[in-house]
Amino acid sequence: MLSSKASSNCHGQDSLYFLGWQVYEKNPFHEVENPTGIIQMGLAENQLSFDLVESWLRKNPDVMGLKNKDGESVFRDLALFQDYHGMPAFKNELVEYMAKIRGNKVKFDPNNLVLAAGATSANETLIFCLADPGDAILLPTPSYAGFDRDLKWRTGVEIVPIHCSSSNGFRISMFALEEAYERAQKLNLKVKGVLITNPSNPLGTTMTKDELQSLITFAIDKDIHLISDEVFSGTVFDSPCFISIMEAAMDSNLKRNTDVLSRIHIVYSLSKDLGLPGFRVGMIYSNNQTVVSAATKMSSFGLVSSQTQYLLSYMLANKKFTSNYMKRNQKRLKKRKEMLVSGLKKSGINCLKSNAGLFCWVDMRHLLCSNTFEAETDLWKKILCEVGLNISPGSSFHCSQPGWFRVCFANMNQSTLQVALRRIKDFVERSSFNYQQNGGSLSRKLISNWVRKLSSADREEQER
Amino acid sequence: SGENKETWEFKLVKGESGRQALDELRQEREHMDHSCTLSAWTSWRLKRKLIMGLLSRKVTCNSHGQDSSYFLGWQEYEKNPYHEVNNPQGIIQMGLAENQLSFDLPESWLAKNADAAGFKRDGQSIFQELALFQDYHGLPAFKKALVDFMAEIRGNKVTFDPNHIVLTAGATSANETLMFCLAEQGDAFLLPTPYYPGFDRDLKWRTGVEIVPIQCTSSNRFQITAPALEEAYQQAQRKNLRVKGVLVTNPSNPLGTTMRRDELDLLINFITDKEIHLISDEIYSGTVFSSPGFVSIMEVLKDRSLEQTPVWERVHIVYSLSKDLGLPGFRYLLSAMLSDKKFTKEYMAKNHKRLQKQQSKLVSGLEKAGIGCLESNAGLFCWVDMRHLLSSNTFEAEMELWKRIVYDVKLNISPGSSCHCSEPGWFRVCFANISEDTLKLAMQRLKSFVDSVAINNQSHQELKNSRKKCRTKWVFRLSFQSFHDREQDER
Repeated sequence: MLSSKASSNCHGQDSLYFLGWQVYEKNPFHEVENPTGIIQMGLAENQLSFDLVESWLRKNPDVMGLKNKDGESVFRDLALFQDYHGMPAFKNELVEYMAKIRGNKVKFDPNNLVLAAGATSANETLIFCLADPGDAILLPTPSYAGFDRDLKWRTGVEIVPIHCSSSNGFRISMFALEEAYERAQKLNLKVKGVLITNPSNPLGTTMTKDELQSLITFAIDKDIHLISDEVFSGTVFDSPCFISIMEAAMDSNLKRNTDVLSRIHIVYSLSKDLGLPGFRVGMIYSNNQTVVSAATKMSSFGLVSSQTQYLLSYMLANKKFTSNYMKRNQKRLKKRKEMLVSGLKKSGINCLKSNAGLFCWVDMRHLLCSNTFEAETDLWKKILCEVGLNISPGSSFHCSQPGWFRVCFANMNQSTLQVALRRIKDFVERSSFNYQQNGGSLSRKLISNWVRKLSSADREEQER
Repeated sequence: SGENKETWEFKLVKGESGRQALDELRQEREHMDHSCTLSAWTSWRLKRKLIMGLLSRKVTCNSHGQDSSYFLGWQEYEKNPYHEVNNPQGIIQMGLAENQLSFDLPESWLAKNADAAGFKRDGQSIFQELALFQDYHGLPAFKKALVDFMAEIRGNKVTFDPNHIVLTAGATSANETLMFCLAEQGDAFLLPTPYYPGFDRDLKWRTGVEIVPIQCTSSNRFQITAPALEEAYQQAQRKNLRVKGVLVTNPSNPLGTTMRRDELDLLINFITDKEIHLISDEIYSGTVFSSPGFVSIMEVLKDRSLEQTPVWERVHIVYSLSKDLGLPGFRYLLSAMLSDKKFTKEYMAKNHKRLQKQQSKLVSGLEKAGIGCLESNAGLFCWVDMRHLLSSNTFEAEMELWKRIVYDVKLNISPGSSCHCSEPGWFRVCFANISEDTLKLAMQRLKSFVDSVAINNQSHQELKNSRKKCRTKWVFRLSFQSFHDREQDER
């Protein structure tokens, strides 16, 4: 009766990533009203800097009231505006803001910018432009759980993972790239491109210039596209600084190949750094005119509201505001991340060293009763239901090694984070206590690992 | 050759239109024959590989539909738009089905309800709440206000459950999404002609679904008949297409008429018999300004007590606030506004009155130029009969006439062929997006044009007769059969 899309499960929404949210929704933590509820640590949102945006809004009531600088109502113009090319003023401000985030080391042309209703929409549209049903996109793991839906569902395109491991900090190696490409070929899938998220979700790390240039070389060699999802580019709070794919492509060696720019596409959004996911502002940037033209027409299916464009073009035009926001926001993110990292360390849990994002990639391998994904799911269930923390298991990010979890830190206030850290500490101590009560061999492995963790990291690698 | 490759690569990188590159490629191919060297072929293939290989089929094919004359007319308008003061010789836009007659009403509501505009509820800022809200189930308050508004439009003869509403970014998005849910690539939907040109993009482009037309003719005011439905279904089968449903726009774009109860009954019987879906695009339901009143498909289902039957789950409605309220809007703002029942009542009454007034101005203006139109009671446009102005009963003649009207008369109206009408000579002319004065001017221009055609035409007398007939036809609109017959004889 219905299409296979509507009736099947291929939208990927039954992943543990989304199931955890559902459990959270039934019993959400509230400092006063529900202090024993589940704390949401699976939502990568930035709620640390609203006060800055709100204060700008208070100082600019006219814009909110849909009036222009002369106090005249622009209601009619905004009500009618549905041009899928987007508001020129808004796009001009956006490209300047994007350049600012990249330290003004690259410049963007507003005519190459296509607006979309969030990065979700931008990613899907880009896939519609670059690939046909049955084609494949290579994606490094671990990667954002939502890609299974955004890239595959309605487009009919396949995802072939590029396996990355903790052995080299989950960096993408040429070997892994080649191996993924070959795997696609064996499956008779035509590879149309590679999609990377930089800074990475869920790792929270930025890519080095070498990594980016290897990717570009790979793309040229295989005659495919390169999509760089840079939605977290505004959340880089520590060194090394952010290097955009555009910057890497400007290198003189690569420039010799004149078509390199026509195969690189950037996705960005205001949901992560400006903390405005509800406003649905996403965008595609591409130097490829055919892609820009097609994507522009496709944006009919998800335009950004004209009022949003109007409001934000004024806000972004205020350079003092954006400079101040970027500086203070990054400071707050850094502080909050350090609070999470040190808190976890006190419980004997380490994180991957990160310099960006709204989350940490946390190593709980030593808490698994066996080196399997079943054990990871068991641990996840315990942490969700007993400890009351919704964190996201590595398997939902298609991580190739069990035991890693993504833990968000920017979507709650400080006291809530402290509650969460306390709960984890109690849980870890309880686990070792339980061992002492039961003395089971499995628990012994658990406690030995935990103890070893506190003493020496090297030995842990040897004994696994 | 090396030189050629550099030139077009340069173009690709420099950002010239990809379409241009493709066109050039095609042109090159036309000049190639068996006398070409292998290296020339290789070079051409390499070019093609790079251009095509880099892009998906969606981008390189034409099924996007934006080359339709419907959109071309807009482009011409954009180049030379009419402005009362700055460009009085410009092209008047009559191809855009927007309602600009009633902005003052929401504007004044906004002025009186500043809190809603300023993201406040009871004086408290709810900015954070709104900035974070991305639940695809939608704002509950908004959906509740929407279902109440939709029920009000239908005279409260039906009620809707907010849990059965899915919000989308406009009806464009709603229609596409429904296609994705109901049909696979290669399946077909039946659509009565003439239909909104945008459907070729919205329903087909990314979904891969086919449209098979249900041919409707002026012989019965373009209503859907049982034989036409069957014929369309058979045609789909002959093309090996699996029919998943029927999509109708009620009130119709471009006709501006509401469907009658017997038509709706016919549709329900058809989809029940064939076990397929029915999508009723009711985006113009709020623009019904005269009798007969609007009858929603839901009302008919209810009256026939079909709620517990399988067909109930196969009927879907598409709606939007773009046509009657004319607003994209922040959802929160709209929910506050739509919940104000006094406002919605007043808005609907005033808006309908203004639409009716403007429509009758258009109709009488056309009449003075000897042009008739399909009698209509809804929509933001009229379905205008210019068959008597065609040099021949062909779509080529229609195109010729359209071009003259756009470039010489400077009115952007939409030709029936862009709406897939089966008969040449019909045009959609919008009236709600321009002021009364602009409409007057447009009618003056049209009259001058028609008069000049009469003077210039060699068979001057014939035309005078047909114009007279045209007026008579208009007067005797009741007898459609004889209208049809006579028209055939005199052309």
